[in-house]
Amino acid sequence: MNIEQIIKGIKERSPRAIARAITMVENGDVLVEDLLSSLDKEAIDSTMVFGITGPPGAGKSTLTGKIVGYCRKLGKRVGVIAVDPSSPLSGGAIHGDRIRMMEHSLDMDVVIRSMATRGRLGGLCASAGAVCRILASSGCNPIIIETVGVGQSEIDIVKIADVTALVSAPGLGDDIQALKAGLMEVADVMVVNKADKPEAQMLAVELNEIAREKGTEVILTIASEGKGVDKLYHVMEKIYLENEKKGIKQQKRIEYRKKEITDWVIEMIRSDIEKKIDSIDTDLDKDPRVVASKVASELKDVLLN
Amino acid sequence: MGDKKVYRVLIGKPGLDGHDRGAKCIARALRDSGFEVVYTGIRRTPEEIAMAAIQEDVDVVGLSSLSGAHMELFSEVVDALKKHGASDIPVIGGGIIPEEDIEELKKRGIKKVFTPGTPMEEIIKTFRELCENK
Repeated sequence: MNIEQIIKGIKERSPRAIARAITMVENGDVLVEDLLSSLDKEAIDSTMVFGITGPPGAGKSTLTGKIVGYCRKLGKRVGVIAVDPSSPLSGGAIHGDRIRMMEHSLDMDVVIRSMATRGRLGGLCASAGAVCRILASSGCNPIIIETVGVGQSEIDIVKIADVTALVSAPGLGDDIQALKAGLMEVADVMVVNKADKPEAQMLAVELNEIAREKGTEVILTIASEGKGVDKLYHVMEKIYLENEKKGIKQQKRIEYRKKEITDWVIEMIRSDIEKKIDSIDTDLDKDPRVVASKVASELKDVLLN
Repeated sequence: MGDKKVYRVLIGKPGLDGHDRGAKCIARALRDSGFEVVYTGIRRTPEEIAMAAIQEDVDVVGLSSLSGAHMELFSEVVDALKKHGASDIPVIGGGIIPEEDIEELKKRGIKKVFTPGTPMEEIIKTFRELCENK
């Protein structure tokens, strides 16, 4: 499949072409810029991007699968990006999120793609942003990004989303503490999943306090039975539309775009920086911070001249 | 993005066989060797596995079957990939498979068949070679 076929295939919603395009982004293929420049800007601007995040075991994949099902009932074509951490040791990853979404695997209007963090710093977000735009161009609206909300890159990635739901569930113990510390700031709506469990009300009360301060809602769901999923969808859609009307969405996207550009630039010059550091004839006994300052100032000289 | 190429593979269990210890064991070993592994869980139709393989744009599909239905199920995955224009994705299989079936499976397009007792290194090497040659 050549690049013209892929570009054409995205418009024609060919699963193979969409998949190939995403791989090109993931692998940093040089031709990817032609492809990204050809995407449907109008579709990208008007596509809702929802983030689903929360600790392991909260039921994110199941919930995402049910939201997909609900969107299909509404006749919407849906894209899903499921992000899993790469092993820091081997670089490998296991993507199991599809298991909870397999009922949609023969549906040509559900596009699911698993992505691993691959130890990229900003790079993952940059890639995921591009993947989002490919899915939007192929007619997916909404797009759901599902990710474990622990770790910097995972928190960063939900910033791509226009509206983010933070999913929690009773019985996850200290995870709720981690939520308070890191993720609350990105949550537009909070979800207590597994709401049929006895401790769910307690958790809902606890989260309600935080939600009230932020002016958001707490929604109870039982994802395995599909309960509360319609409400969650409509609340997210409502927040999206309100933010669009107020210009908040557009502002957020501009900020994200800038961040993505920064991430790409850093990613693109990273190897040059590494080469430069390998080649400098410097005393490595010196403190790394001191050496870094020297390298940085030399680089800045080159950049500014 | 300057990263070395990461290989993506799919591990699937077609049919009604619910024993996935072997499949998970292979999936973990592949992950520990640096592969990105999409695992589609138990009781999938060949068509579902093929569509997942296409959407995930994997380099190799690995199938596991312990139920005895490998002849039909494995070749149906090959056929489904072909039907959707993805015959370039190689399919390999493993599980409880009698020696005499292996030749026929290969004729039907299964690139390689592993029986119990195959060293893990050999399986991973096969995945890697197929990924590299794709």
